[in-house]
Amino acid sequence: MNDAIETMPRPRSETLTLAKALNQGLRKAMADDPKVLVMGEDVGRLGGVFRVTDGLHQEFGEDRVIDTPLAESGIVGTAIGLALRGYRPVCEIQFDGFVFPAADQIITQLAKMRMRSRGAVELPVVVRIPCGGGIGAVEHHSESPEAYFAHTAGLRVVACANPVDAYWMIQQAVACPDPVIFFEPKRRYWDKAQVDPADGAVPFDRAVVARPGTDVTLLAYGPMVKTCLEAAQAAQEDGRSLEVVDLRSLSPLDTGTVLESVRRTGRCVVVHEAPVFGGFGGELAARVTEHCFYRLEAPVLRVGGFATPYPPSRLEDHYLPDLDRILDAVDRSFSW
Amino acid sequence: MTLDAHTVHDTELIQLLTPEGERLEHPDYPLTLSDSQLRDLYRDLVVVRALDRESVALTRQGELGLWPSLLGQEAAQVGSGRALGAGDMVFPTYREHGVAYCRGLPLLNILKLFRGVDLGAWDPREYGFHLYSIVIGSQTLHATGYAMGIQRDGRHGTGIGDAAIAYFGDGATAQGDVNESFVWASVYNAPIVFFCQNNQWAISAPLERQTRIPLYRRAQGFGFPGVRVDGNDVLACLAVTRRALDLARTGRGPTLIEAFTYRMDAHTTTDDPTRYRHSDELEAWKLKDPIARFRAYLSRSGLASPDFFDEIDAQAKREAADLRSACLALPDPPPAELFDRVYAGPHAVLAEEKAAYDSYLAGFR
Repeated sequence: MNDAIETMPRPRSETLTLAKALNQGLRKAMADDPKVLVMGEDVGRLGGVFRVTDGLHQEFGEDRVIDTPLAESGIVGTAIGLALRGYRPVCEIQFDGFVFPAADQIITQLAKMRMRSRGAVELPVVVRIPCGGGIGAVEHHSESPEAYFAHTAGLRVVACANPVDAYWMIQQAVACPDPVIFFEPKRRYWDKAQVDPADGAVPFDRAVVARPGTDVTLLAYGPMVKTCLEAAQAAQEDGRSLEVVDLRSLSPLDTGTVLESVRRTGRCVVVHEAPVFGGFGGELAARVTEHCFYRLEAPVLRVGGFATPYPPSRLEDHYLPDLDRILDAVDRSFSW
Repeated sequence: MTLDAHTVHDTELIQLLTPEGERLEHPDYPLTLSDSQLRDLYRDLVVVRALDRESVALTRQGELGLWPSLLGQEAAQVGSGRALGAGDMVFPTYREHGVAYCRGLPLLNILKLFRGVDLGAWDPREYGFHLYSIVIGSQTLHATGYAMGIQRDGRHGTGIGDAAIAYFGDGATAQGDVNESFVWASVYNAPIVFFCQNNQWAISAPLERQTRIPLYRRAQGFGFPGVRVDGNDVLACLAVTRRALDLARTGRGPTLIEAFTYRMDAHTTTDDPTRYRHSDELEAWKLKDPIARFRAYLSRSGLASPDFFDEIDAQAKREAADLRSACLALPDPPPAELFDRVYAGPHAVLAEEKAAYDSYLAGFR
């Protein structure tokens, strides 16, 4: 009896990069459910350009880890068809800037099928998108298209910011009966953390306080969470206590956690890589203002990309929010 | 020789019934049907046309927001629709009322979509007939993915497995999604039939705006067979689709069928075809009418009596009247329909909006 228990594979706590944590999460999801498929460009033999699907082809075979033709609309469109036949496809869009050929299938088809069919059709499709800049890439490889999808009813839109969330959230996304747009912060793929599969997972539609503080709330998700944590550390040395809220989910938004934080601090700065104009930060600012109007000591400020196309990489340090631009916004909030 | 999209050589067009109703044999497409099967096909054609005409009338009377008529395409739809097996899945455009009828989907479901009481909300699994697709060509990828799912289910290639069939029009062949679906179906050898109803017009754009070669020949470039069938010949459409489905089921991959037909009515009830096409074209196609030729065949071969035709006309009239009264009795949906079926699980933002709107409405009570 004891022998049997001893031989059962037990989850091990490991130090994993974010990319490897996604890989382990996908492996677990595929092992748990034979209907889970992985599909996309170069996800099979190569293991994906970021190696997120490394080894899955070998382990689960080409019927479940599908190297596709080079056509993003085809990837999402056929994933919808596979889901209609009872499969749970996880699509990889190789880079953020390549998702637009699939936008019609995502926005027009994937997002709407459930409501159109009055619930008869379920599309448990995950679309993974490596997102954001900061890696010195050529154009179309550094974009932050989350607002388009958060604006689309019928999709769930989430962004992981660290290896632990990467491991759990990808599994939660696969298990979710709704379509999920899953943003992966590509410049954080190599960040490491201890991931213990024995720990419980936070529901993937909840925001979390990544660092408690009392003076200002920083709202961020994906790649900017780490930058905000660094800003909070620096501010502490100046005697300011910044609270960092990692939204994790953009749709649905966990408004409660956001408001609870801002009501305590009275100040709020939103940070994302995407252009500020028309960006998700506008939604956050509006919600915070509507609900915390009399608690606010200053308007909600936003830090993000400029109203330009993503710049050449030698300029991206000017475009992307960094520690100093975040602290500058914090200063402006205090001096209001 | 210069090719154009209209080029039709006698040897290329599969036909089992001439426009005059004369039965032909084709070596690749033998077809044996019982007398009652033949009469049933006629019944389908006539009833489907009557339901379509009734829906146009309902639209003219303001009861539907829009109706895309299938007039002239009955044989293409009934012929292919009756070739399907129970396990097959149809991925239609928005004009496949005749295929829907063959799949047992009550047409009232389609009227709900065009009346605006829902978004066309039948359960595709119940009828083997997926939701209507209005964005042109998008459904061909769904059909291809579905066929890839069939391949993964384990019975593919045995001859007893299911197949997918994607319907689309000549206009759709210019869409990226359709071309991508051809690539995918080809490289994965997916069990799918691409059924293109070439009705010559994409609203006002003629066939030559979509293609320089006959559409069925495009298949060759993608690496699978293409055939052109007389789309106004219900028997040929049945035989050609059966064969393509058989190829799909036995692991021999996709086929493109170009059903050469004609949209005899406007694109939809909001369209005015007199602005872009001549009436002599319509008159020429009337001589190839799919129902007239089949009726001539049944009469000539002694398979149906005048009483039979009267009986079918009476049935069609009854079904159309029933459809009308059911349509007029459709209730408007309650406001909760807005919120309740967007997501499977809870969604905090939507829940908040629903509560706020409920409270707003309560202020009027």
